[in-house]
Amino acid sequence: MGREALLQVRGLKKYFPIVSGIVFQRQVGAVKAVDDVNFDVFKGETLGMVGESGCGKSTTGRTVLQLYKPTAGSVIFEGRELTTLPAEELRKTRKRMQIIFQDPFASLNPRMTVGSIISEPLVIHRMFPNKREQQEYVEQLMERVGLNPFYINRYPHEFSGGQRQRIGIARALALKPSFIVADEPISALDVSIQAQVINLLSDLQQEFGLTYLFIAHDLSMVRHICDRVAVMYLGKIVELGQTDEVYDNPLHPYTQALLSAVPIPDPIAEAKRQRVILTGDVPSPARPPIGCNFNTRCPVHFDLCHHDPDPPLVEAQPGHWVACHRVTP
Amino acid sequence: MAVLMEVKNLVTRFYTQEGVVHAVNDVSYPLHEGETLGIVGESGSGKSVHVLSIMGLIPTPPGKIEQGEVLFRGRDLLKLKSEEMRLVRGAEIAMIFQDPMTSLNPVLNVGTQITEALKLHLGMSNTAANTRAAELLDMVGISDARKRLDNYPHQFSGGMRQRVMIAMALSCNPKLLIADEPTTALDVTIQAQIIELVKRLRDELRMAMIWITHDLGVVAGIADTIQVMYGGRIVERGPVKEVFGDPRHPYTLGLLKSLPRLDQNSKNSKLVQIEGAPPDMRYMPQGCSFAPRCPYCIERSLQERPPLEPAKEGSGQHLVACWVDVREGVTQSG
Repeated sequence: MGREALLQVRGLKKYFPIVSGIVFQRQVGAVKAVDDVNFDVFKGETLGMVGESGCGKSTTGRTVLQLYKPTAGSVIFEGRELTTLPAEELRKTRKRMQIIFQDPFASLNPRMTVGSIISEPLVIHRMFPNKREQQEYVEQLMERVGLNPFYINRYPHEFSGGQRQRIGIARALALKPSFIVADEPISALDVSIQAQVINLLSDLQQEFGLTYLFIAHDLSMVRHICDRVAVMYLGKIVELGQTDEVYDNPLHPYTQALLSAVPIPDPIAEAKRQRVILTGDVPSPARPPIGCNFNTRCPVHFDLCHHDPDPPLVEAQPGHWVACHRVTP
Repeated sequence: MAVLMEVKNLVTRFYTQEGVVHAVNDVSYPLHEGETLGIVGESGSGKSVHVLSIMGLIPTPPGKIEQGEVLFRGRDLLKLKSEEMRLVRGAEIAMIFQDPMTSLNPVLNVGTQITEALKLHLGMSNTAANTRAAELLDMVGISDARKRLDNYPHQFSGGMRQRVMIAMALSCNPKLLIADEPTTALDVTIQAQIIELVKRLRDELRMAMIWITHDLGVVAGIADTIQVMYGGRIVERGPVKEVFGDPRHPYTLGLLKSLPRLDQNSKNSKLVQIEGAPPDMRYMPQGCSFAPRCPYCIERSLQERPPLEPAKEGSGQHLVACWVDVREGVTQSG
């Protein structure tokens, strides 16, 4: 590859404790939301992270940004180990990495004006000693994301969902980060608005040389916007590779089922498709199965899949990683 | 095939403190026996409100059905008394909703909830209703059905709850099943399970179905007829293959172009986006409600509302409400 990794994630784990008792609390178990995840994000690329609800994709994004303290593992961002960084240093590093949230209403303070929302990170990091310059910069940002700067003193409820998401994007851009985690940025938007936001994100990426970790469950959109994609299931990455390679030649049985389940807006193509319908539901991450996490629903599981250790993520083809005993015995 | 239901000139409005919301504006269409109609639209397109109007489930006030008829097997549902409507609802027309958690009663076990309709509509005894309820759960793919009847909704996962809802909906062998975004809250592999299940049951029970969604992919796989709604009106309607293959309304065309496809690499091209935002239903424009966002918009679109008419050189089943023929229309951007 020879590409420079902006972010290196190694052995990342995030367990949420399950406690019992009201006065004397003790831990009775753990929800293994992220369980030993390894991946790199290369400079300037968009890495997609897909999977169903509860697979740990959002937790991975937030743990990478140190919004959750990882249980174990290492996160190296621009050459610095984030997990052991002192709080003050970490705060400075945050200028370089930002997040865009899913729900554009819940993530904006309803009592703050658009101007103060976008300038808040600038104030916290004391970027502009001069108020006038700061306002000018905020107006520029608004214009860049497609908001009329005239509305700088309005409140979030006066905007539509798509416009609110633009406010969130402007806020994330304010500190000129190099890395943005986009956590399902379009799932809450109307279909006709999604393309607007996706186009904006890819324009901004080119203009500012941004690197994205794009968390989503819309697999069609991920194919469009992502260079590489990681598929997660129950806290683990089961497949990782170039997007086209993974979509055209999925190796993991879960990826195969997931892709075949996505409806295609074309009745002729739909009629011809062979679906792999998975039975059952995703097991609870508090009690993952022994062996491979997917063995309870896998159409091709065999003895080995039901014994520990679970299959490791190995490079089955150049740049195409998969964690399955069937593929790499 | 015979017409099962005909909606004529339905108009529903909500009188709110912020103004009058024109939710459904003159919607008319037939639904044939055994037909699956997919209704597509964004939030505020009137797709859900119009089926709630059909079912007599509009909260009044603030809502009000201003005019229209819904002829279901010869009877106008909108003229029925509420007790008469209750006998139709659940028995002849059943409905499943988007969020199975909020449509199930959390303090009653699912057995009680399923048997309620059986006892009410079919006059079954307790034992007969319980046996039938277990059969129904079994039919929708819930294993160990008899024991599960004693479980409460929170003991089921999202997909399982939707299966329970489907079992309830089908309990009285309805002629028509209305599904309002039933898979939107579900994961894609669970969505695929539910769609397969509903397709199988539809064919077995020979029901007609109205499937409301914003996902064009789902409609492509399940519906015979597609109806695209925008601003409380039908803007395009026709056989699924014809509408997807040869969309004639700029909105339908825009939606189809704005969606990337799972089976195609589109990385080096930009998505074609529809500008602007959906209309505020309190202020309906005089002309076509899509005109402010439409790349094909002409002077006439702003002045006069286009009627829903057969598409030129179409099959006759394919209807569109647009002054411009998008095949030769000139977009303003060039």
